[in-house]
Amino acid sequence: MSLLKIRNLSVEFATATGPFRAVDSVDVDVEKGEILAIVGESGSGKSVSMLATMGLLPWTATITADEMSFEGRDLRTMPGRERRKLIGKDLAMIFQEPMSSLNPCFTVGFQIREALKEHLDLDRKARQARAVELFEMVGIPDPERRLKAFPHQLSGGMNQRVMIAMAIACRPRLLIADEPTTALDVTIQAQILDLLTDLQKDTGMGLILITHDMGVVAETAERVAVQYAGQKVEDQKVADLFDRPHHPYTSALLAALPERATERRLPTIPGVVPGQHDRPRGCLFSPRCKFADDRCREVPPPVQPRPIGLARCHYPLNVPAGAEEERA
Amino acid sequence: MNPVVIAEDLTREYHVGGGLFSQPGIVRAVAGTSFSIEPGKTLAVVGESGCGKSTLARMVTMIEEPTSGTLTIGGKTVTRDRWRELRADVQIVFQDPYGSLNLRQRVGAILEEPLKINRPDLSAGDRAAKAREMMRLVGLRKEHYDRYPHMFSGGQRQRIAVARALMLEPKLLVLDEPVSALDLSIQSQILNLLLDLQERMDLAYLFISHDLSVVKHVADDIVVMYLGRPVETGPKDQVFAAPRHPYTKALLSATPSADPRRAKQRIKLAGELPSPLAVPPGCPFAPRCWKAQDKCTAERPQLEGTPHPAACFFPEN
Amino acid sequence: MADASSQIARTVPTRRPSRFKEFWRYFSENRGAVIGFWVFLAVFLVAVFADLLAPYDPAAQFRQHALQPPFWQSGGTWEFPLGTDALGRDMLSRLIHGARFSFFVGVVVVVVAATGGILIGLIAGFAPKWLDTIIMRLMDIILAFPSLLLALALVAILGPSLLNAMIAIALVLQPHYVRLTRASVINERTKDYVISAQVAGAGLPRLMFKTVLPNCLAPIIVQAALSFSTAILDAAALGFLGMGAQPPTPEWGTMLADAREFVLRAWWVITLPGLAILVTVLSINLMGDGLRDALDPKLKRS
Repeated sequence: MSLLKIRNLSVEFATATGPFRAVDSVDVDVEKGEILAIVGESGSGKSVSMLATMGLLPWTATITADEMSFEGRDLRTMPGRERRKLIGKDLAMIFQEPMSSLNPCFTVGFQIREALKEHLDLDRKARQARAVELFEMVGIPDPERRLKAFPHQLSGGMNQRVMIAMAIACRPRLLIADEPTTALDVTIQAQILDLLTDLQKDTGMGLILITHDMGVVAETAERVAVQYAGQKVEDQKVADLFDRPHHPYTSALLAALPERATERRLPTIPGVVPGQHDRPRGCLFSPRCKFADDRCREVPPPVQPRPIGLARCHYPLNVPAGAEEERA
Repeated sequence: MNPVVIAEDLTREYHVGGGLFSQPGIVRAVAGTSFSIEPGKTLAVVGESGCGKSTLARMVTMIEEPTSGTLTIGGKTVTRDRWRELRADVQIVFQDPYGSLNLRQRVGAILEEPLKINRPDLSAGDRAAKAREMMRLVGLRKEHYDRYPHMFSGGQRQRIAVARALMLEPKLLVLDEPVSALDLSIQSQILNLLLDLQERMDLAYLFISHDLSVVKHVADDIVVMYLGRPVETGPKDQVFAAPRHPYTKALLSATPSADPRRAKQRIKLAGELPSPLAVPPGCPFAPRCWKAQDKCTAERPQLEGTPHPAACFFPEN
Repeated sequence: MADASSQIARTVPTRRPSRFKEFWRYFSENRGAVIGFWVFLAVFLVAVFADLLAPYDPAAQFRQHALQPPFWQSGGTWEFPLGTDALGRDMLSRLIHGARFSFFVGVVVVVVAATGGILIGLIAGFAPKWLDTIIMRLMDIILAFPSLLLALALVAILGPSLLNAMIAIALVLQPHYVRLTRASVINERTKDYVISAQVAGAGLPRLMFKTVLPNCLAPIIVQAALSFSTAILDAAALGFLGMGAQPPTPEWGTMLADAREFVLRAWWVITLPGLAILVTVLSINLMGDGLRDALDPKLKRS
């Protein structure tokens, strides 16, 4: 049974200028102990889909899904109280800006003990002990002293460790990390990524890593879902994705990486991600795709079968032999 | 060829604190930094936050005066009263394309403002013609002239920012993380644009970045900075192929590579950047360095050695 | 010619709605603000066309009709729909002309206070620390006084008249603008676009007025709307205390003061000017709230 299973998730925001579809029929599957990376540029809806899962979207958002279940329990029909119990305990999330995710008015120790109080049945002493233990787990030196510190007294990297400690406080089954290292320096990023993967291995939790950095994906993830303009356009094992991308967008994105450049001029993707007011009729990538023809521009593409990386494309690339007859 | 800019021993100190409860402290944001850039070349300054990259940019663009050291631009020594005259030679492009444009000005006005200030001899028609020519050069369409910045995407705004910086035909362009805030697919467009413009106008670039994969692509020379001091400088190929300073090596190994099959051999750096108020005596990197010995904490290593200089007593390679 | 204009029309961006449309959309989401806006507009029109709308001269006295009640009460006639005051002057005409004074006071006070306040605030925001400190402490001192008391004292020195009352109110309201402007100037000054202007060689005056000021205007506009109502209220209070407009000026506050002794005998002479003040001030405040919603990017969603 999948840990998290989402089918046909769509999120629509009511904005000043009409409805805006931020997530468009996205499927997500995470198995126990798996690291899934969701990559995409800004506006690809990668964060929104996870926030929708956590029930953290503002009232202007309309969420629809055919299925949305966590360990087989339906998140859509779950009453609010039960859902809140689940979130933060079995399902935790960390964010990009550790500084603004922590309350500046309280010590980090108070905040982590508060989180423990909410979800676990521990007395005051046990909570303090658990907090110290958690700080040690995430590699914060001198935990007793650091527990008394306020967020502004700690560096960005330390605060992100505190956030991770809070997130894993109740031994969640699934941790969603939304750009956890984007605001951090490279050497600190390496530390945090190592910490996340180590924790994942030790506890066997599932990990969803939302990021825009292909390097982070390559080094951390096991499976990758690529999102573009609110749709999932490809889903593959990480090594296969980097070797044989099936969707032209993935392929172009990888080619645009400076470190993969073979000459001084980088290959580019012309144009920009479609916004609220210029969504194409057919394939959303068709205006920027060098393979696009009239069919792409008129007909929304089907989702190809698993051997072709679930690519949402009429003409997937690098189709393996034998997968041809399965094509939709 | 004569370098466009020569910096010798640039240092910038700030006095901080000194409030009711604290002694005033001196933060050395940049110390002892020297470099020179020739026309058509790119010098990349690499380092993590707090290493003094941005302060360096502010000194080179003449927003801040160095506490000591000399800066020479186009053969002229920079002093405060010469700022006005040298302004046109050095321009800057910032990281955040949303904050670097005045939202109350149309694109045309944004581009013409530098001319209005510095070239009063030009007529309004000439200014507009120059602005339109520059828009064509950076890949903006004619009809964009009358629009406001909020109607553009991040990449297009960065094109506007580049166009504005080039209006005065500078010799040196300071690029302060010009692509860090952009999406991957846009990043390559802007990098290509910058390379095109450099070739066409023989521009010198001071490219400030923390992203080593981008630096590797664009730079000719590199300065690696740590806590306000250069720790290693040299030609790009040498620094990337054979880093001498342990910090450079750690930085290179920490940069994630987009190749899932590459064996991970990360050098784990212990600890974090020390506070700039309490820079350790001796080598500033010593507390995090795996090779540190007694000498490192007692004495500050000088930037020296071959094949390229590094500030380390026990260099690699 | 027709060709050229059609070409221009074609290049106008159609993708995003215009700024004004977006503004109106946010503004109209607040229903109170819209009602406030319409009431404000109505009062404004009344003020502008007071001469045409008012049935009588506001100073004309009809002694034989003194203290006549409004038309719906016994003794009231359609001749004076809202009754008359103790001197037999038509209430309706006086209220209509009063709107004119209130608007005059509001506009003048806001213009004077805002211009001065913005200028001082800009200087404080760009000034070296010592000058900034002097300016701001001075403003703190002004703010430390109860505003009406300070205005009273000022009028007492300058002599009671509507003009002096307006000067006094403007002076009392000014520190709010100074603070607001300085706060947003300091916030904007460190932004990259200001630094780029500096790098492009912009001098201090250009930086202050062309680069920074237009980006600080949104909160100042909201403040202006809100202090418009404060000005009307304060002017009425000064008038009531005999320190503002002098009788027989049909200013609402002065009318209240004149009618004090008839509170028990003739409710309309005191209730109607009070209501006029209430409705005007309330409508402006509601509108100000809506303006804040529409102009403050922090409150915008998505």
